Amino acid sequence: MLRDITLGQYYQADSVIHKLDPRVKLVATITFIISLFIVQNFVGYLIAALFLVLAIKLSKVPFRFMVKGMKAIMFLLLVTVVFNLFLTPGEPLLTLWKFTITKEGLRTAVFMAIRLTFLIIGSSVMTLTTTPNSLTDGMEKLMNPLKVFKVPVHEVAMMMSIALRFIPILLEETDKIMKAQIARGADFESGNLIKKAKSLVPLLVPLFISAFRRANDLAMAMEARCYRGGEHRTKMKPLKYKRRDAAAYGILVCYLALCITANILL
Amino acid sequence: MSLILDHVNYVYGGDTELAVRALKDINLVIPDGQFIGLIGHTGSGKSTLVQHLNGLIKPTSGTVFFNGEDVHDADYDKKKLRSKVGLVFQYPEHQLFEIDVFSDVCFGPKNLGLPQKEVELRAYAALKQVGLEDELFYQSPFDLSGGQKRRVAIAGVLAMKPDILVLDEPTAGLDPKGRDEILDQIAKLHEETGITVILVSHSMEDVANYVERIIVMNKGAVLYDDVPKEVFKHYKELEQVGLAAPQVTYIMQTLKEKGLPVNTEVTTIPEARDEILRVLHA
Amino acid sequence: MGIIKTDKLVFEYIRRDEEGNVEGITRAVDEVDLDVKQGDFIAILGHNGSGKSTLAKHINAILYPTEGTVWVDGMDTKEEKHLWDIRQNAGMVFQNPDNQIIGQVVEEDVGFGPENMGVPTAEIWERVEESLKAVGMYEYRKHSPNKLSGGQKQRVSIAGVIAMHPKCIVLDEPTAMLDPNGRKEVIRAVRALNAAEGITVVLITHYMEEIINADKVFVMDKGKIAMEGTPREIFSQVERLKELRLDVPQVTLLAYELQKSGIKLPDGILTKEELVQELLKNR
Repeated sequence: MLRDITLGQYYQADSVIHKLDPRVKLVATITFIISLFIVQNFVGYLIAALFLVLAIKLSKVPFRFMVKGMKAIMFLLLVTVVFNLFLTPGEPLLTLWKFTITKEGLRTAVFMAIRLTFLIIGSSVMTLTTTPNSLTDGMEKLMNPLKVFKVPVHEVAMMMSIALRFIPILLEETDKIMKAQIARGADFESGNLIKKAKSLVPLLVPLFISAFRRANDLAMAMEARCYRGGEHRTKMKPLKYKRRDAAAYGILVCYLALCITANILL
Repeated sequence: MSLILDHVNYVYGGDTELAVRALKDINLVIPDGQFIGLIGHTGSGKSTLVQHLNGLIKPTSGTVFFNGEDVHDADYDKKKLRSKVGLVFQYPEHQLFEIDVFSDVCFGPKNLGLPQKEVELRAYAALKQVGLEDELFYQSPFDLSGGQKRRVAIAGVLAMKPDILVLDEPTAGLDPKGRDEILDQIAKLHEETGITVILVSHSMEDVANYVERIIVMNKGAVLYDDVPKEVFKHYKELEQVGLAAPQVTYIMQTLKEKGLPVNTEVTTIPEARDEILRVLHA
Repeated sequence: MGIIKTDKLVFEYIRRDEEGNVEGITRAVDEVDLDVKQGDFIAILGHNGSGKSTLAKHINAILYPTEGTVWVDGMDTKEEKHLWDIRQNAGMVFQNPDNQIIGQVVEEDVGFGPENMGVPTAEIWERVEESLKAVGMYEYRKHSPNKLSGGQKQRVSIAGVIAMHPKCIVLDEPTAMLDPNGRKEVIRAVRALNAAEGITVVLITHYMEEIINADKVFVMDKGKIAMEGTPREIFSQVERLKELRLDVPQVTLLAYELQKSGIKLPDGILTKEELVQELLKNR
C-alpha cells in the first residue's frame, strides 16, 4: 500500500552532473528558474532549452525519469494554459461559441506551458542527480551567511535530514497501523467526507504517539552521542569546491548573460 | 468450519526484476480448535502468510477458503471474515487510540455494527478473558504497563468473537514473566472456549509447551508441518535455517549419542527429567 | 576506584495525575552501590520496571541522581563541566534499533559521534572504518540503515558508539526487540569488543543466556540490587531467580529439577555440554 511511495527520486549514475557540488546544482536550478521568467521571446526559450538538454545529456539519467514529475502537475498545467488561452484580452484569432482565443492569449499560454514544463524538468535534473542528504548539506552551507541574522541554519538542516531518515519508517508504520485497524473492522474507504475524516482518528492518534516516542528516543540517543548543536562540530563529508564546480559556475554565468542579451536585443 | 490455503503464492515488487516471491505454493488446512505454532525467522514469510488468513493481502495466485467460500470472491463480506479470523499484529499496543481501555476494546465490535449493549457486553467479556483487572477499565490505555497494554490490544480483537485467533509474536519485547503470563492466558482461552489459535513466533522454546502442531516456514515455503516432537527430530536442519529446537532436544540428543539410551522425543523439562531419571535408575 | 562507581545512588521521580497534581513519588533506583573495574564485562538483569534502565541512564549522564553520586572514570556526573567527557567515555546503546540511527547511510551514522566531538575529518574516516570492521559491518557502510535487519542495525549503533573511543559502553536491552539470530550477532559483537579492545561492557538484559560469559552479574528488583555474583553463583539460585520474575535457561532448570530428584550434580550448570558431562558421570 503506502510503502510504494518513494521520497526523493535519486537516480544512481556516474556522471559529471552527479559529481557536481550540491551547492552548484542548487544555485544552477534557482538561476535556471529565474531565467525562465526573464526571457520573453522564443530565442530566449531556445537558449533555455539548449541549456536544459545539455544538462540532461550530461546527467546520463534516462529522459523518461524527467517527465515522471510532469504527471503530478499535468492538471495545473492544463488549467493555466486554458485560462491564459481564453481569458487574455487582445487581437482575436478564433472564436469558439462564447470564448475567443487572442493572439496574445495564445502567446502567453504557450510561454506558460514552456515555463512550467522547463521548471519541472529542470528541478528533476537536480533531485535525480543529488541525494537528499547532500541536498540538505548544500542548503546548510549556502544558507550559512544567514546565521548572522540568527537563522538556525544548522538546526533546520538537521531537522530536514532526520525527517528524510524517518519518513520511510513512519510510512511503514502507517501501513501497519492501518492494517491492524482494518483487522478490527475499521473502514478507511467508504462513507462521505466527514465519515472518512472521522475514520482517520484510529490511524492518526497511534501514529502521532509513535512519532513522539521516536522523537524522544532519538533526542536521547543524539545527546548520548555528544550532540550539542552546530558549534564545535566537524564534518565527515565536508563540501569542497573542485575545478569542475568552477567550470559549471562559469557556464552558468555565460548562460545567464546569453538569456539577458537575447532579451534586450530581440 | 475451517480455513484452507490452496496453492497460495505471493509476489511483491510487481513485474520488475526486483520482484520477491514472499510465499511459495502454500497449502495448509487449519481445522477447528487446533492450537498451532507458526515458526520462522525474520523474513521467512510468516507475517505475510498471516495477513492472507484474514484477507488483508490477496494472493498473487491460489485461493484462500474460509468455511468453503473463496474469500476474494467479489461479493464476499471481508469485514465479516476479519471478525471471524482475528489478527493481532506484532506490538499490538501501538494501535491503541481511545481515551480509555474500555472504549478501545469496543472499537472492533462497534465496527461490526452491533447494538451498543452487545458491544459493551463483548468488550467486558474480552477484557475478562485476558485477565485485566476491573479498576483499569476506565484508565487511559497509555498509562498502563507494557504487558497490560498488550492484553488490552488482544482483548480488542477478542471482542469481535473470532473463531480463529492469530497472534503475530505476542511476546515480543516482554520480560520473561510477562511472556509466560500472556502465553498462559492464551492457552487458558484456547482450553475454555475451544477457539483455534495460531501463535506466530521465532522461538521454539516458547511454543513447544503449548501447541499441538508446528508449522515451520523458511524462505516463503512450508518446511515442516507436524506435531512438535516430529518437527524437533529435524533439529539439525532447523539450525541450518536459523531456528533452533528447544535446548531439551539438544541435551537428549547428545546424551543418546554419548551412549545413554534416552528417548529423544521429549520436548518439555518435566518430560526430560522423568526420562533421564528412568534411564539412570534402570 | 573503578571506571564506573556509584555510591548510595537514589533516583526518584514525581508522579502526577492529569491535572498535574502530585500523586506520589516513585523510587526507581534505591541506594545502589556499584563498582566496575576497567575491562570487565558486567551484566545487569531484572524484569521490566526493576530500575535497571534508569540506573543505566545515570552512567551516561542522561539522568542525574536524586541522592548519592555516580563517578565515571573518576568524574562526578553531577558536575556540568564533565558532561561531554562523560558522554564520550561512557557510550550508550539503546533498545529500539530504529530510533537511535541518525544517518541516512551507515557510515554517516557511525561518523555522527566523532563529528559532534569535533574530530578532524580525516580521523573521522579512520574511526568509522575501524569501528565498522570491529562489529563486522564494514561491507554495509554505503547501505541505508532502513534496509538492514534488526541485529545489523544494533551493530551499526554499537559501531557508532565505539567510533567515539569510549572507555566503557552501556547497552540498555540491546536485544529485546531482535529475533534469536539478531540476538546472537549482537552479543557476539559485544563480547568481541570486550575481549579484543578491552572496553568495559555493562550489558542490561532480561535474557539469561546472554550473561553466561559475564565477569559479574547484578540482579535488580524494585530499584535495589537483589543478587550479585558470578554467573554460576547466580544461576545456582533457581528459586530466587523465579521469585524475581527471571527466566532460567532450560539447561539450568533441567539440572535443578534433576538435582531435586536426587541426582548428584554441581550447582549452577550453565551449558548443555556441562550438563551432559555431569549426567554421564552419574551413569
